[in-house]
Amino acid sequence: MNSRASIDNASAMSLAVNKTDAGVIKKSLSKTAGKWKDFLLSRFLPPLIVMTILVAIWEITCSGPEASLPSASAMVEQSWELIVHPFYDNGGNDVGMAWQILASLERVAYGYLLAVIAGVSLGVLVGQSTWAMRGLDPVFQVLRTVPPLAWLPLSLAGFQDSHPSAIFVIFITAIWPIIINTSVGVRNIPEDYRNVARVIRLNGFEYFRQVMLPSAAPYIFSGLRIGVGLSWLAIVAAEMLIGGVGIGFFIWDAWNSSLISDIILALIYVGIVGFILDRMVAFIGNRVTRGTSAS
Amino acid sequence: MMASSYLQIEQVAMDFTRGDLTSHVLQNVNLKVEQGEYISIIGHSGCGKSTVLNIVAGLLRATSGVVILDGKEVNDPGPDRSLVFQNHSLLPWLTVYENVAIAVNKIFKHSKSAAERHQWILKNLEMVNMSHALHKRPAEISGGMKQRVGIARALAMEPKVLLLDEPFGALDALTRAHLQDEVMRIQSELKNTVLMITHDVDEAVLLSDRIVMMTNGPSATIGEILDIDLPRPRNRITLTDDPTYNHYRHQVLSFLYEKQRKVDVVAIA
Repeated sequence: MNSRASIDNASAMSLAVNKTDAGVIKKSLSKTAGKWKDFLLSRFLPPLIVMTILVAIWEITCSGPEASLPSASAMVEQSWELIVHPFYDNGGNDVGMAWQILASLERVAYGYLLAVIAGVSLGVLVGQSTWAMRGLDPVFQVLRTVPPLAWLPLSLAGFQDSHPSAIFVIFITAIWPIIINTSVGVRNIPEDYRNVARVIRLNGFEYFRQVMLPSAAPYIFSGLRIGVGLSWLAIVAAEMLIGGVGIGFFIWDAWNSSLISDIILALIYVGIVGFILDRMVAFIGNRVTRGTSAS
Repeated sequence: MMASSYLQIEQVAMDFTRGDLTSHVLQNVNLKVEQGEYISIIGHSGCGKSTVLNIVAGLLRATSGVVILDGKEVNDPGPDRSLVFQNHSLLPWLTVYENVAIAVNKIFKHSKSAAERHQWILKNLEMVNMSHALHKRPAEISGGMKQRVGIARALAMEPKVLLLDEPFGALDALTRAHLQDEVMRIQSELKNTVLMITHDVDEAVLLSDRIVMMTNGPSATIGEILDIDLPRPRNRITLTDDPTYNHYRHQVLSFLYEKQRKVDVVAIA
């Protein structure tokens, strides 16, 4: 984005310098503005058009008298109260969409943070030690194929409480890609970087902080990004089973009350929040790994 | 007792074993280097010259024999034997300044104050003419500049012996010549003890006090040692017409291409 802006500025300036005529300068400026307009149009117009078409198809196909799902307009009408009051709180489960989402996000935050800490540590261990890799890798490869929800009954039995169980399910879902990517990143640290560290005699912690983490960061962040996506996938299903406040149980509750339009609204919320989570981790990753991948 | 030199490589041998196969890479390598000498090690690729350098650096342990530097046996890597790698090996997430700082701040943590370390980093980067790019990252500078920073990092460690592993190998001819001149200028100021791996005959003759020529592997060893008795400062242009210079070149070339002509054999490893 920055480079694009500076190129635009440069071209505007060169035009302004070459041709002293005021009218030409004005023209060149309006040209630059026109370019921005083109840019906005090219970026925002296509998704807008596609979305309009999709909503129109939805409206048309669900408008018939025997349609089993509400049409777009019916959905907005039926869920209007929820749409305009995201923060209401009547106590118990009867709270606004924002609170439902935040409750789910809180569970994801706990589970995901634990997975990040444990996943990066185990990944470093497996990446550093061939022995640990040979011992742990088969275990990881088997456990990571277990579907997240299959862990739920076991964790309910273990924790005897729904709240930590949901967090555990998020943890166990997110940890595998983090471990695997971190270990690959650590194993791929170039021999030269290790040699530099050996020559200047960095100790274990200095090596970890100044060489290993930055060098493996691109791998670690791709693991973190997969992990956050999987946790958000798992939370909805887990909450459907454990109940309480949360977007997952909200959907289940709406289904039981036959409030189909509320379910659609919840899906839109879930999708947008998942998208934002993914982009947030990607953004942090881009900031942290700036300059790391190039040699 | 023999009079001991500054750097001694004594009876060094190196075997690499993989499974049942053992390849004898080096055998009976003996070399004495005096303080302030510039030594080039030249040989065909695969002759084990990099292995010699890595053993001196302490990155590899010799199967037998010892390396003694300034009266102490070399067992592990350390800043007294700083390396310039062929592919610069700067840390890409650090700026030019930080790449030198990571070494300086670690090595002189207790012996220099923060301000002194800062000045020392700047001084070494100035020596290689990189003061203009202190806050650039390696990806933003050219190959020749990266190698300059690599040299600054190695010099900043104040090593007892500077180890150069084909330092100009990855550079284009013009940049290489330029950097060789810079290294000669720095060497005339600092009088470091230098051990350089190269496969470039001109480079070896131009820069060195002595050229160590290695035989082909397996079981490579030092074939001949050639003293380069050319006055310094040396100028690459006037030397091209110098009969002594050409005589030295001829000797190295004849060693490499007549006596040790590279025969392509299937590697034993």
